[in-house]
Amino acid sequence: MGKTITEKILSAHLGKEVSAGELIEVKVDVALGNDITSPLAIVEFEKLGVKSLFDPDKVVLVLDHFVPNKDVRSAEQCKFVRQFAKKYGVKNFFDVGQMGIEHALLPEQGLVLTGDIIIGADSHTCTYGALGAFSTGVGSTDLAAVWATGEIWLKVPQTIKFVCSGKLNPWVGGKDLILHTIGDIGVDGANYMAMEFTGEVIPKLTMADRFTMSNMAIEAGGKAGIIAPDEITLEYVKPRAKREWRMYSSDSDAEYVESREYDCSQIEPQVAFPHLPSNVKPISQVGQVEIDQAVIGSCTNGRIEDLRLAARVLKGKKVHKDVRLIIIPGTQQIYLQAVKEGLVEIFIEAGGAISTPTCGPCLGGYMGILAKGERCIATTNRNFVGRMGHKESEVYLANPAITAASAIAGRIAPVE
Amino acid sequence: MKITGKVFGKFRADINTDEIIPAVYLDTTSDEELARHCMEGIDTEFAQGVQKGNIIVADKNFGCGSSREHAPIAIKACGVSCVIAKSFARIFYRNCINIGLPIFECDQTDKIKEKDILEIDFQTGIIKNLSTDETYSTTLFPEFMQKLVEVGGLMEYVKQKNRL
Repeated sequence: MGKTITEKILSAHLGKEVSAGELIEVKVDVALGNDITSPLAIVEFEKLGVKSLFDPDKVVLVLDHFVPNKDVRSAEQCKFVRQFAKKYGVKNFFDVGQMGIEHALLPEQGLVLTGDIIIGADSHTCTYGALGAFSTGVGSTDLAAVWATGEIWLKVPQTIKFVCSGKLNPWVGGKDLILHTIGDIGVDGANYMAMEFTGEVIPKLTMADRFTMSNMAIEAGGKAGIIAPDEITLEYVKPRAKREWRMYSSDSDAEYVESREYDCSQIEPQVAFPHLPSNVKPISQVGQVEIDQAVIGSCTNGRIEDLRLAARVLKGKKVHKDVRLIIIPGTQQIYLQAVKEGLVEIFIEAGGAISTPTCGPCLGGYMGILAKGERCIATTNRNFVGRMGHKESEVYLANPAITAASAIAGRIAPVE
Repeated sequence: MKITGKVFGKFRADINTDEIIPAVYLDTTSDEELARHCMEGIDTEFAQGVQKGNIIVADKNFGCGSSREHAPIAIKACGVSCVIAKSFARIFYRNCINIGLPIFECDQTDKIKEKDILEIDFQTGIIKNLSTDETYSTTLFPEFMQKLVEVGGLMEYVKQKNRL
């Protein structure tokens, strides 16, 4: 019996063959924490009384959720993480000025590579599966244990295979494919399992589209969202990597718990209605939904390709007078690139507000909080009750082009 | 070990961690403060009403969404003795095991009502509903996870394994 890419990566790190269902303790290549999950981990780690991190160079700390600090309490938390990074010699510590939204930043900086095992105290750590890595989100205590030992306990997951065939329609990208998938299997459709995206459509997707798909695997309960590496992956990884990487792919006779096939030529741009990411409708069936705010950014869709899409739609147009458009580049590099390419000029001339990189509004932190009864269309990943502000506000999830078109129209709208 | 407690909080499917502890409270590591806002995203009166030893019961996929460990910490710190649900989201599940908040997967939570008195045998996983005289079975943890729970959570396990 053959093995899935996930089983192969875990087996290689363990030095022995393992299959789905086995419980293992395995060494990781990268352990990630941010400004809201690290403080709890630091408290647990320091209780252990160990003098050093297992390997400071494999630890990455990114201050991104509530920075630049939104208030005194978030400033205190960041100070706590900053002091920890200094005390334990963490070189890969990213503060305001160098930071970006973690899941846009780590691949960009070449810190996470093809074939790695990455754990992060952030649910969207599954993003790096797009590189052909095994990458999953955990809690703060898990992170503390990894800091001390370099190891994580895991159950080798079963895998659901998604076969995406056909030709993509205009303005359809990774966001639409993953929303469609979540709509199909539900918010716990892949609970405890790895999602593996395959089929003729996948090799044609940009890395940005692939990151978006893997990023939202957690929205279907997935432990990982993995894509076999190819030429496009290598083109991305090669100039960034400062260490070796290894490429794996699933055997043709690998065992899957299920295989689902999608004819992507039937998929329109998708919109997830409140209050679950699985509550999706094709754009043609959205009806009249007026909006107060549009947010383009986040670890899901804050990459340069996303901003280019938004700029194509917004160029020479004006944001609707009743809509606030907020655009948040994922990293400083993406921000700079957007400036150089003239995208920022397009956004500002259209009436959009540009923010420094931050998770900010996606999790209702700041930088675009909604009042009672307000509606927002966003390129983010969750539309739970109260996610972006008041409990009686609403979030609709969509791709960057649809979000930009909606900001112009004042209601959820297709690209004209 | 057996525990007996009253059901306080009977929740629907897909309760997410934003509902258990809204993101505005992620700027603290204080157990007491998190406890004061437990379940605030879905029931603003939960934290005032909950008493030590109460049991939370829910439908499937409890704890979905973010990895925030603040969620199980808030539940544990407000005195809840265990959570029973049809299923748990993955990260929440491992966070509970890691911090020592007992959880039970039981596919018959539809039969349990608010205020029912439940007796749970931690060894066998059998739940007795003393209010209705019904008995429900639960899925037992795999051996490794049982060991984590028995030693008192992940950090204790790490300490013992590495002789720290």
